[in-house]
Amino acid sequence: MALKKNLALALAFGLAATAVQAQDLRIGLQDDADVLDPDQARTFVGRIVFESLCDKLVDITPDLEIIPQLATGWEFSEDGLTLTMTLRDDVVFHDGTPFNAEAAVYNLDRSRNLPESRRASEVSSISGVEVVDATTIRITLAAPDATLLAQLSDRAGMMISPAAAETMGLDFGLTPVCSGPYSFVERIQQDRIVLERFEGHWDAANYHFDTVTFLPIPDTTVRLANLRAGDLDMLERLAATDLTSASADASLETAQATSLGYQAMTINVGNGERSGGPLGQDARVRQALSLSIDRSVIAQVVFEGAVAPGNQPWPPTSPWYNADFPIQERDVEAARALLAEAGYPDGVDITVQVANNPVQQQVMQVIQAMAGEAGIRISLEAKEFATLLSDQTAGAYEASQVGWSGRVDPDGNLHQFVTTDGGINDAGYSNAEVDAFLNGARVSNDIDARRAAYNGASAILMEDLPLVYLYHPVWIWAMETGIDGFVPYPDGMIRLAGLTLTE
Amino acid sequence: MLAFLGRRLLIAIPTIILISIFVFTLQKLLPGDPVLVLAGEERDPAVLEYLREQYRLNDPIIVQYFTWIGNALTGDLGISLRTQEPVLALIGQKLPVTIQLAVMALIIAIAIGVPAGVLSAYKKGTWIDWVANVVALSGLSVPNFWLGIMLILLISVKLGWLPASGYRPFADDPLDSIRVMLMPAFVLGTGLAATLMRHTRSAMLSVLKSDYIRTARAKGLAEHVVLIKHALRNALVPIVTVTTLLFGELLAGAVLTEQIFNIPGFGKLVVDAVFNRDYAVVQGIVLCTGIAFIFMNILADAAYRVLNPRMRDE
Amino acid sequence: MTSLATNLATSEALPRRQSRVWRKFRSNKAALLGGIIVAFFVIVALLAPLLPVPGPAVTDWGAVRQGPSAAHPFGTDEIGRDVLSRMIWGARASLMAGVVSVGIAVLVGVPLGVLSGYLRGWTDAAISRVTEALLAAPFLILAIALAAFLGPSLTNAMIAIGISAVPIFIRLARGQTMSVMTEDYVESARAVGLTHWALITRYIVPNIFPPILVQGTLTIATAIIAEASLSFLGLGQQPPAPSWGSMLNVAKNFLEQAPWMALYPGAAIFLVVLGFNLLGDGLRDALDPRDH
Repeated sequence: MALKKNLALALAFGLAATAVQAQDLRIGLQDDADVLDPDQARTFVGRIVFESLCDKLVDITPDLEIIPQLATGWEFSEDGLTLTMTLRDDVVFHDGTPFNAEAAVYNLDRSRNLPESRRASEVSSISGVEVVDATTIRITLAAPDATLLAQLSDRAGMMISPAAAETMGLDFGLTPVCSGPYSFVERIQQDRIVLERFEGHWDAANYHFDTVTFLPIPDTTVRLANLRAGDLDMLERLAATDLTSASADASLETAQATSLGYQAMTINVGNGERSGGPLGQDARVRQALSLSIDRSVIAQVVFEGAVAPGNQPWPPTSPWYNADFPIQERDVEAARALLAEAGYPDGVDITVQVANNPVQQQVMQVIQAMAGEAGIRISLEAKEFATLLSDQTAGAYEASQVGWSGRVDPDGNLHQFVTTDGGINDAGYSNAEVDAFLNGARVSNDIDARRAAYNGASAILMEDLPLVYLYHPVWIWAMETGIDGFVPYPDGMIRLAGLTLTE
Repeated sequence: MLAFLGRRLLIAIPTIILISIFVFTLQKLLPGDPVLVLAGEERDPAVLEYLREQYRLNDPIIVQYFTWIGNALTGDLGISLRTQEPVLALIGQKLPVTIQLAVMALIIAIAIGVPAGVLSAYKKGTWIDWVANVVALSGLSVPNFWLGIMLILLISVKLGWLPASGYRPFADDPLDSIRVMLMPAFVLGTGLAATLMRHTRSAMLSVLKSDYIRTARAKGLAEHVVLIKHALRNALVPIVTVTTLLFGELLAGAVLTEQIFNIPGFGKLVVDAVFNRDYAVVQGIVLCTGIAFIFMNILADAAYRVLNPRMRDE
Repeated sequence: MTSLATNLATSEALPRRQSRVWRKFRSNKAALLGGIIVAFFVIVALLAPLLPVPGPAVTDWGAVRQGPSAAHPFGTDEIGRDVLSRMIWGARASLMAGVVSVGIAVLVGVPLGVLSGYLRGWTDAAISRVTEALLAAPFLILAIALAAFLGPSLTNAMIAIGISAVPIFIRLARGQTMSVMTEDYVESARAVGLTHWALITRYIVPNIFPPILVQGTLTIATAIIAEASLSFLGLGQQPPAPSWGSMLNVAKNFLEQAPWMALYPGAAIFLVVLGFNLLGDGLRDALDPRDH
């Protein structure tokens, strides 16, 4: 009898196995991820992998609302100095360790205190975290922090297994153990990262692929060729110039979202000797430069319209955009007049450094041609990215074409770049009023007050122009027809919940 | 023979030390701060400084060198700054990939180059010789990356015959592994085929002039027997030597080929490591390829001496 | 007296040798074809400023990535520049890259090689070890590291390629020097008490010149490809100035939309490299003393 039952079971299993073929989703990424440890990771593509590997305390909607993930609810105290979070009680890590308040506290402490932690500055407002009960934690803050929830919706809020973190130490990233919908299987550097479905996930029913394979393919042409040849099911960052042909292809589908980030020219206005030229010293020259650029032509010529022209740290569609300063029309005469007023009727010569990748060089060559007509003669200095970065930090540049991938909270796109002590203030810009506005916007939880502060700051920055914003990239995903349920997010991530593939 | 090998091995030691000093200083001369590159968008000065200390980047350069070479002697090549994987493990992981690519490319090169060389020498001065020469030179003249991209476009995208890029471990599925690597191996092999063809041609030419070929012909042996059994066999000595020496060219070619076809091998590892300033990885790889190159050279010389008795008198 | 005699003998022998070489070269159709191809590109490159084409950096936003037409016979590129004009100006960069880098390699490599082969002993050992070490680092990796160190630009790419090619010329010059030194007439000249300088200039240099010329021609071909490869990795000629390699680097993103952007520079590299290879090959045959 027992034997019969076993036989029947075995048969049933066998049938099931043949009926439902294991489904693998292959995603092409633009780069290879770095360390797979949320507290040590730095790359954009790493975040895409984490999105499937690790759950976060909170998540965002495509409209950037903060929504529950591992935390079911949260509340700030009246003075904004305490944040109480309640947690799910049905979550386990991939190694079986239960997720609870203790684990959450462990994780936040690790982000704050691990010497190698890249997250420390993101959660620097936290002065203490404690367990209230098994599913409640209390976070105390040194000062109110409007950006905290947004930080917890990203790597700082990712929860890893404390047991694994303790045994693995700094090598945690080689075999990461989180609580996400997919668990880590293997990684071959520069080749693939393989994850498999985690049956014990609290939302497992919503994830439909048995395995997910991430394949880094840096060349956009080759990445698209792989998708077309059927070696990929989906890719991120399709080249804007391939959008037309990919959309026309019946076997492909595309999705887009305007990114939270921007591309700009950072001008050296006070970072060492190189800030001494007309561009660094006279705001009118910078205004002339900005006026000489036709941002919509850049968008059309280089990106066939698949970017959003911009002049502020956030796109014109953002609720934080200052409507008093719309994108100016190109005005060569006005630019020449400004130059003359600044004492350069014969024009100026400036040097702009740019990364040695074709797309950014195209952008700068278009700007070079435009600015030239207004009397601003640009010579381009192409640098390898590593050199560009260190020269920029050291102030060994006059102007630098760089971008920022963008953050959910507006603070992340502006504060660190233009406040006097900002961590990435490579321009060397310093203005007490701007400092006051931006520091104020940080500690207020009132939306209107924050908006007023950002508007105040941008009114000054539009005049001083330590950064000349150019455009906001658009994330473009391409996938084979048959993939359903993909939701584009402005953070450029790929969330697999609800995603299905019918071949 | 043993004395010869011993002497060569002894001479190799200063060369290897030179390579290590060379790659180390070159690395340190590169502009750009590895820690800064690693930081990317997250540049927290405190963390950067901590990491510099941690990876001993603040030590005087001499101290850094001896720390590295000391560890290397115990088989520890350090860890990749980018992913924290041990460099030795990375090399172990990437080596089989590049070796497979190199072997397949070499097979293709031999399959094309040797017959073409034999034919060209045999028909010296005729239009066949001329065409074979020009075709071989064409193989040498097409930039690898251009050929690669054109092939991807034609064979993968338009015709859909072969995958556009990637890698399949040989152990997983040998046939599929070979299929995936076919296009890159062809691209890498064409250039080498030209070199081999030319060496085969000149070796065959000098052999064909020799007395014993005349004797063989006088004996009334069939022409193909003379050509293959007598001439080619003797011409093989220089051909084998050249083939061993192609190793360096193969490696350099693999760097670009792997870049184009996105093959996770040695070449891709080293290029990415240079751009990311992943010092330990670049140093480890150049040291390993350098040593391999030197041993290939010694091997080639030894083989030459074994195959060619006249050399022994020297 | 003896030195005078040999001097006369060599100076008389030279024209005869030259004419024989020229005859042999001329009868080699492949080599002649190579010479014609190379000459064509050199002339185009030299005449670039005089040819009736738009400037290589003149942009036209209204004509981005347009196919070949009467106005733009080779089409336009990603920001509306004339591809033909960029090809012509790019010829300068690519040929320069080939010639200058080989020049660097010859100027550095040959003296070191001669020194090494002439002096032998410790000098030879030291130079040989350094050469081996350089050879052991794969050429492209070395060039990439050097180009990254010096910063991406055409000049630096040429320096990097030149330095990477030095070992070949050291080896070649050393080998030739050593074999010339064992010749009887050199032995006797040495016995007569000729100075080192006289020995080197009178016997060694004329003897190593032909193989260096051949190797140089062939290396120019390699160097042009190397420059293209470095440009392909973003380390060669920088915008807005054109080189064939950097044109290809950009063109690879538009293979489907604008195939002409990749076709012409790719074909030009192929042709000019083939030209140098055919030329070098022909020279090798013509200069080969074994074959007359």
